[in-house]
Amino acid sequence: MKIFRNIMILVFSLMVVLAFQDCSIASDGATDSTTTSNTAPSIAPYFKPAISSPKAPDDEGFLQRWLLLEPINKPNRTNTVFTDSYIRNAFYTEYFPNQFTVVPYDGDTVTVEGQVLVWHALDATSFNVKLFRFASGLDKQMYGVLFWAVTVVNSPRKIKNVRMAVGSNSASMWWLNSKEAVLLTGDRRMVMDDFVSKRLTLNKGPNIIRGAVINGPGMSDFCVRFIDENGEPIKDITISFENNKK
Amino acid sequence: MKFRILTRMASILLFLWLSNLASAQEGEPYIHDPSTIMLCDGKYYTFGTGAGGLISDDGWIWHRGAIRPGGGVAPDVIHIGDRYYVTYAKGGGGLAGGHASNVYVMWTRTLDPQSPDFGFKDETIVATSDGVEDCDAIDSAFLLDPTDGRLWLTYGTYFGFIRIVELDPKTGKRIPGNQPVNIAIDCEATAMMYRDGWYYLLGTHGTCCDGPNSTYNIRVGRSRKVIGPYLDNMGIPMLKGGGKLVVAASGPLIGPGHFGLLDLGDSIQKFSCHYEADLRKSGYSVLSIQPLLWKAGWPVAGENFKEGTYEIQSERSGYALELVVDFVRMPHERRWFRRQNNEPVKPVPPQELADVINDWPTGNIEVRMGDFMVRPHQKWTITPVDSVGGYPGSPYFKITIAGTNRALAATADCEVVTVPVFTKAPEQLWRIDQLIDGTYRIMPKVIPNSTEPLVLTAVGARTPTLAKFDPKSDNSRWNFKTL
Repeated sequence: MKIFRNIMILVFSLMVVLAFQDCSIASDGATDSTTTSNTAPSIAPYFKPAISSPKAPDDEGFLQRWLLLEPINKPNRTNTVFTDSYIRNAFYTEYFPNQFTVVPYDGDTVTVEGQVLVWHALDATSFNVKLFRFASGLDKQMYGVLFWAVTVVNSPRKIKNVRMAVGSNSASMWWLNSKEAVLLTGDRRMVMDDFVSKRLTLNKGPNIIRGAVINGPGMSDFCVRFIDENGEPIKDITISFENNKK
Repeated sequence: MKFRILTRMASILLFLWLSNLASAQEGEPYIHDPSTIMLCDGKYYTFGTGAGGLISDDGWIWHRGAIRPGGGVAPDVIHIGDRYYVTYAKGGGGLAGGHASNVYVMWTRTLDPQSPDFGFKDETIVATSDGVEDCDAIDSAFLLDPTDGRLWLTYGTYFGFIRIVELDPKTGKRIPGNQPVNIAIDCEATAMMYRDGWYYLLGTHGTCCDGPNSTYNIRVGRSRKVIGPYLDNMGIPMLKGGGKLVVAASGPLIGPGHFGLLDLGDSIQKFSCHYEADLRKSGYSVLSIQPLLWKAGWPVAGENFKEGTYEIQSERSGYALELVVDFVRMPHERRWFRRQNNEPVKPVPPQELADVINDWPTGNIEVRMGDFMVRPHQKWTITPVDSVGGYPGSPYFKITIAGTNRALAATADCEVVTVPVFTKAPEQLWRIDQLIDGTYRIMPKVIPNSTEPLVLTAVGARTPTLAKFDPKSDNSRWNFKTL
């Protein structure tokens, strides 16, 4: 009887573990077919190095060129702690100098509590920027992390009444030209146009976009685009930060 | 004795509750057989049996003052070009003991009796009944066919057939040689409308003119051709008494009759009718304006918005309008999913306003849409506001967080926010219209520094704003879920 009970406990425990694995996968979307064949850490095929020529948004207006900082260690066992006040505190904490003003070079480094972290200038190959793959591809920690992202959008004219539309996993905060634009709190899945800013103005010329994404367990990614008054994507802009450094 | 008192109190409470559910117009909405409501130079007009009619500045509060000469019964109005054609009937209806009657048409350039352009002209007879034939030529109503511009007129009562004749839309006179066609029996007070390739014939069944005992109710059949045959949802011809129910008695309002379409655009259609008796108003016959919904190709009465406490759910995303405040977790013991045999089952108390409100900011708080969790920052109490006017069918409402005076308001930059205290400021007043699909449009009375008619709109899955209503999109459609 005892043996039977022990076997049942073992079976039950295994089922619970499998169930939680399923939950984890289901909650973060299906895995890509390309992920299963990775043998060595690599950010390919999710990212390519950003080159010097300006890049247009994709067909739906998503911004794919970003300067991404390797993940800052920010332990959280769960994403349910990401309330509005927690997120504001976490994102307005200064982790490195000039955090809210810098447009770094590819390869620049910052030191955060002893961690030396590198900025990478990259083009995402999908509409969404897969931060989990960015971290795992660089053999960095993937969970309990905080990412910083910067890009520069060049607009051919002043455009009023645009909105920054963001989806992120998990919580995130976004700034346009140093002004807070969008805040996404809670344990989030990434959904395009999930939260949208109030009406903003894109200046003629460069506009600096800065974002921070925090994640405990699970996948992590984001997508950003600008939409007009009618909800249509703004595509006649380019992304190039070569001339807007520092 | 005590039981009788309790029963009586319960009856009064039930009546008050029912009163709350129903909606007739405010002011002096007393009328019988109202004509289709017309908007003319910024005012709403309707005419009834007997002389005169009602005027309203906003479609909610009505007063006497409209002028229609000729007397008689059951007029109707249609606006074509620069003319308002008015039809009415004299004689018949069994009122003087007979059914010999004439239907008249006349026209005026405005319905505003104060205007120098006001004045009815060219009164002409367009249909008759001789008192012997199977028809009583009263209760006339217009239809301008949107497919070809032809003008039609239905008339008749229980005394025989409902008939249709064709008029000249340039003069309002009968087309020479046109013969009446029988299209229904067993009803009166007909009206017509066209939608998506179907002609709809609405008729009033039941008995009128008996106050709270009137059995009036409005029914409908439809046809691919304007001259019929009109069948109901069961295929029963209206020439054999068919008709699908559109609206019947509700709450303190008894005996709806005399349908009139009020198309406000932006997927908002309403209809006017009279109720034979409003139990709150000495049993008088009153004007009512209600939403008109469309379900599977059939019109059905909607309901004017009722006060209460609701989740306000975005039709676009299904997320709920909420304050931007910290989500507060409910205390609970983490358990496996299987109940422990020795553990008693007990209720878990819901999170209450007092549990969280002290941590909310005291100034303005922004709003967003979130997963609905039945939490205090997601519960909205919606209440009509006195003395601020209204719109066709309803007064303006305030939208406050349940248990507080914190109110939803429009801002000068065309966004929405909550203010700590409701002050009756016009940007805190909301118009809530049911759309033809049953969802709702939510619109501020005023947007500071703006004259554009903008409505509460989801931009993105979780962000509310004020934007133009797009009838093709779910962005501006909302549901109210009772809590």
